[in-house]
This record gives sequence, C-alpha cells and structure tokens, in this order.
Amino acid sequence: MPALIHAAFFYLYAGIMVASAVMVIAARNPVHSVLFLILAFVNAAGLFVLLGAEFLAMILIVVYVGAVAVLFLFVVMMLDVDFAELRQGFLNYLPIGALIGGILCVELFFVVVSWTIGPQVHSAIASPIPPSNAVSNTQALGLVLYTRYVYFFEAAGVILLVAMVGAIVMTLHHKPNVRRQNIAAQVARRPASAIEVVKVKSGQGLP
Amino acid sequence: MTIGLGHYLSVAAILFTLGILGIFINRKNVIVILMSIELILLAVNVNLVAFSSFLGDIVGQVYALVVLTVAAAEAAIGLAILVAFFRNRGSIAVEDINLMKG
Repeated sequence: MPALIHAAFFYLYAGIMVASAVMVIAARNPVHSVLFLILAFVNAAGLFVLLGAEFLAMILIVVYVGAVAVLFLFVVMMLDVDFAELRQGFLNYLPIGALIGGILCVELFFVVVSWTIGPQVHSAIASPIPPSNAVSNTQALGLVLYTRYVYFFEAAGVILLVAMVGAIVMTLHHKPNVRRQNIAAQVARRPASAIEVVKVKSGQGLP
Repeated sequence: MTIGLGHYLSVAAILFTLGILGIFINRKNVIVILMSIELILLAVNVNLVAFSSFLGDIVGQVYALVVLTVAAAEAAIGLAILVAFFRNRGSIAVEDINLMKG
C-alpha cells in the first residue's frame, strides 16, 4: 500500500476513533455512549487492519460490536434509571479529571517521544511474523496459538467459563412463589408414601 | 509521511487518557465507567498490536487476544453485578454503593 494512502487511512481511523471516544465519555444519553463506543471499536478494527492484524480486527468487531456492545445496550435499556440525575456533578469533576488526564497525557507523550528500540530486541523475537504472501495472519496466529501458547489459549477459555458462570449465578434468581418441577422429589417418591389403602367397611363409607 | 510506531502509540496514549478522564468525570454513572474501562483496554490492545506489527513478533497479537478475552469477561461480570445491584437497591448511582462502608 502506498505510504500516502496508508497515512490517510491512519488519520481517518485514528481521528474518528478519538472523536468517538470523546463522545463516549461526554454524551448525555448512555445509549449514545454505547453507539459511539461501537464506532470507536470499528475504527480500532480499521487500525488493526492497517497494522496487518486482520484476525484481531475481525475478532474485535465480532466480540465487541456483536457481543459486548449489545450487552451494554441491553443493560442500559433494561435498567429504568434516571440518567439525567446521574449527570449531576459532571462539571464538578471536570477540573480534577482534566488535571489528572492532562498530567497523564503529558507523561505518556514524553514516554512516546523519548523511547528508542534497543538493539537487542530484534534478536529476541519469540516467534516472528511469517511473510504475509506465504501465510495469512489468521494462519500465522493459529500456528503459535495452538502450539506454543496453548496454555494461554486454555486460560482464556477458563476465564470465559468462569465469567459466564459468575454472570449467570449473579443474575439468576428464583421467585419463591413460583412452583417448579422437582424431578428428584418425583423420582424418590415410593408407593408407600404416595398411596394409602383404606379398607372400607361395606355400608359405612368413609367418614 | 510514513506512519511509524510513534503514531500508533500516540493514538493509544490519547485513547488511554480519554478512558481515565471518562472514569473521573462520570463518577456517578457506573455504565459509562465500564465503557471507559473498555476504552482503556482498547488502548492497551492498540499498543500491543502496534508493537507486534512493527517489531515483527506475532506474540503481541496472541497477548492482545488474551486481553480481549479478559475485557469481554470483565464487561459481562460488571454488567451482571450492575443488574444484581439494581435489582436489590433500585438505583445504580455510585454514591448508593456504600453498604460495606460501616
């Protein structure tokens, strides 16, 4: 890709991403915040494509736009909250937030402008990216993810499982007045406890 | 006009700062705080992928995948806590979350 087009797309994606990140934290309506968060993630996926990480770009769209953002939208719309009330004090916190954010941004800027890549870094590469005309990014990632870093992969799976179980346990609640089928009690029922044989004398009936 | 590693790191730094700023100025709204945390983790991912691409080492992308997983799990757990809290208290204002303050 020519450098000029690369630069143009970089500034396009980066600009929209930063602008939508500003809107995420400044929007009055949380639904708008979620929508701007989706825009920021889509533009970050564009940056990932520019960097040659196509698989992560697609995963970012699938996981964030498809799952996390929709989860946020569900929760924002499900909770009946007066969001205007939550906006109170927005301007009170702005000076301290701007102060800390400014200090952090200046520090990060100094870090960014003052670093150099050490000479020994290029000899310490764990697993180099294969040439992209021979192996695609997805295949290259799979070649290391399922072999050398299989424990990372399994740890990620366990994290997702624990998160899923935790989320279900926290949000599931049984209503006490709803009668449910108790299969264990049904199976454990014996004839002795279920039926009673009454000898009825003829002509008298049951009391 | 070539785009180097510094450009990507600058964008990630700006995004990280915006996430921190969002946590500070939206002190009462837990949902926006969670979204700010997502922005911070996205900035970290941009850093990881940029270093992975410019140093020619694919392990950065493996690690970015793990960070993505943790971010998704964090969002799910955070929103589940939020829903459970709203069900108990009928509010999600941060000032109301002081039951354990004593």
